Amino acid sequence: MDRKDNNIPKELLVLMKQKEDTSEKISAPSRTFMQDARRTFFKNKLAVASMIVLVIIILMSFTGPGMNEHGIDDQDLSVAKMPARVPVLEDISWLGFSGVLSDTFKGDTADHATQNAFSRYKSDEEFIDIKVLDEGDGTKNSAEVKATYHIYEAKDMEDTYFWLGTDTLGRDQWTRLWEGTTVSLLIAFVAAIISLLIGVAYGGIAGYYGGKVDDVLMRILEVLVGIPNLVIILLMMLVLDPGITSIVVALTITGWTGMARIVRGEIMKQKNQEYVLAARTLGQTNRNVIMRHLLPNISGIIIINTMFNIPDAIFFEAFLSFIGLGITPPEASLGTLINTGFDNIMLYQYMLVFPAILISVIMIAFNLIGDGLRDAFDPKMHK
Amino acid sequence: MVRYILRRVMYMLVTLFIIATLSFFLMKMLPGSPLNAEDKLSEQQQAIVLEKYGLNDPVPVQYVKYIGGLLQGDLGISFAFSNTPVTDILMDRIGPSAQLGAQALVVGTILGVLLGLIAAISHNGFLDYTSTVIAVLGTSIPNFVFAGLLQFVFAAQLEWFPVALWGDFKHTILPTIALMIFPMATAARFVRTEMVEVLGSNFITTARAKGVSEPGIVFKHGLRNALIPLVTVIGPMAVSLMTGSMVIEQIFAIPGIGEQFVNSVMVNDYPTIMGTTLLFAALFITIILIIDLLYGLIDPRIRISGGDS
Repeated sequence: MDRKDNNIPKELLVLMKQKEDTSEKISAPSRTFMQDARRTFFKNKLAVASMIVLVIIILMSFTGPGMNEHGIDDQDLSVAKMPARVPVLEDISWLGFSGVLSDTFKGDTADHATQNAFSRYKSDEEFIDIKVLDEGDGTKNSAEVKATYHIYEAKDMEDTYFWLGTDTLGRDQWTRLWEGTTVSLLIAFVAAIISLLIGVAYGGIAGYYGGKVDDVLMRILEVLVGIPNLVIILLMMLVLDPGITSIVVALTITGWTGMARIVRGEIMKQKNQEYVLAARTLGQTNRNVIMRHLLPNISGIIIINTMFNIPDAIFFEAFLSFIGLGITPPEASLGTLINTGFDNIMLYQYMLVFPAILISVIMIAFNLIGDGLRDAFDPKMHK
Repeated sequence: MVRYILRRVMYMLVTLFIIATLSFFLMKMLPGSPLNAEDKLSEQQQAIVLEKYGLNDPVPVQYVKYIGGLLQGDLGISFAFSNTPVTDILMDRIGPSAQLGAQALVVGTILGVLLGLIAAISHNGFLDYTSTVIAVLGTSIPNFVFAGLLQFVFAAQLEWFPVALWGDFKHTILPTIALMIFPMATAARFVRTEMVEVLGSNFITTARAKGVSEPGIVFKHGLRNALIPLVTVIGPMAVSLMTGSMVIEQIFAIPGIGEQFVNSVMVNDYPTIMGTTLLFAALFITIILIIDLLYGLIDPRIRISGGDS
């Protein structure tokens, strides 16, 4: 063979330098699943705002009752049904913190209507401002006046401020509102945590061991789930003495079943994965495999479920207290406050407004945080 | 399928039996009797009253009699309204509750589906945002708070509707709105999520490619598929209607089952409490059964896996 045409000098032949391989390199710092979830969660403005609002409410529920001199059960009938009055804000009339009661009254003539207003407000004529809205023509209820009763002046209490007013027994609503929030939140958190512990243990055992254990545990669960929550809770509340403990017991008896089912399903999905096999090969005890390896991997779904259990518990506590099966006076909870508010809705709206707003805000905040967490722990959502 | 239904009905009866037994013995543990101090009865008269309620028998005998009565639809005699059988009380009151519940469920679900649909079509738009806000408020705000607001604004202040009590159709409007908020919000959230997912799927692209009109895509291809999972949330909706009936009937003074329950609780009328509890339980269990069967009918995949397991 002739190789003359192929005489490239050897020195030209240089070994090709391998370029640095970038295809396998991760450009961004690697994040764990939890870091990823946290990042998604904090990007969700509504969820973060809800979290801040909740933290403020929780702080207020502890510090609120101590912020004025009134106690939770300081009954004083002479100051019953005082409207809300807040320093500074009292000068802005439309806010409703000016410490006056006002309503419109009807009558055949303006005078008649005014008389109606006076008799409604205990005839303290000098402290009642009357504004005639409609002179009327003498026919039945044709005239209308707006009466504003300066009750704080009438009672000679210009220096006293009940920030959110007082209830029918003269107890300060501000103090009771925050005490009630503490009770409601306490019930919700304790019930949710107990449900979490029982549910995770039950579901974890059923899912991990499978077979006969799973069969027996799941049959028991099926019977329990078959009985409506509402029925069990109502029956338990009838039997137990009313109070915080009974509500927690009633709520947890039914509350853990949902968690147990979810945890069982997730564990069954996870337990055949390689990392579980690896852990078992290395001689981990069953207990350790569940606690150290399986549970952290399903923690997302557990957290989401708990977050949605809390507003449910708040609702049920309020519901029970509202129908008279929950917290009993002089203890307060958001439910009992709303109940009292309803009894006085036509004349003293402020009694209902504040607890109703607060419970709604709390429920909305928990739901938004729950939504945020669900998005954060859903791998499909990460971008 | 028939075997599956039969087995489910069996389960249902067993559950009801357990509830009846449980509530019977729980009620026996409670203090209180049909006797009250004001009547000043002699001992013989007391014995007659106790005899009438069968309270002189030993507890096991009472239990057998109670269960026997249940099988014949007899729930015992009310403590509070003397001589009135509980069954009669509940039958008298089932009408208003059923009407409110049905109105709330139907109107709420239809509005909810529409709301969810609008949200999904204008995905991430202004309408989507608005309906999401409505849905979050609807699932979060307790229905009794909402009922109070409605009653105050529309009945007490504006006087558009009667404040309370039961009468013609006008009386049902405010309670229905208060009751339907939860079903509406739940349906809206659910339909939105499902629709967004369905509208992004491949068969919708195919439908678009072959030139199906936009309404055709949304209603024929999209909504039909998105509605199937809605069946699963009927359960929570039923619960909300039951708790709702208790508080909302109380607020609007409607002579329904829920109001009866709350009043019976106040006066410790145990036979009525037990009767109402059983009625709620039976309703709830039947609804769950119907949902499961319906789901099997709509989605054949579930029938196959659920049939012989």
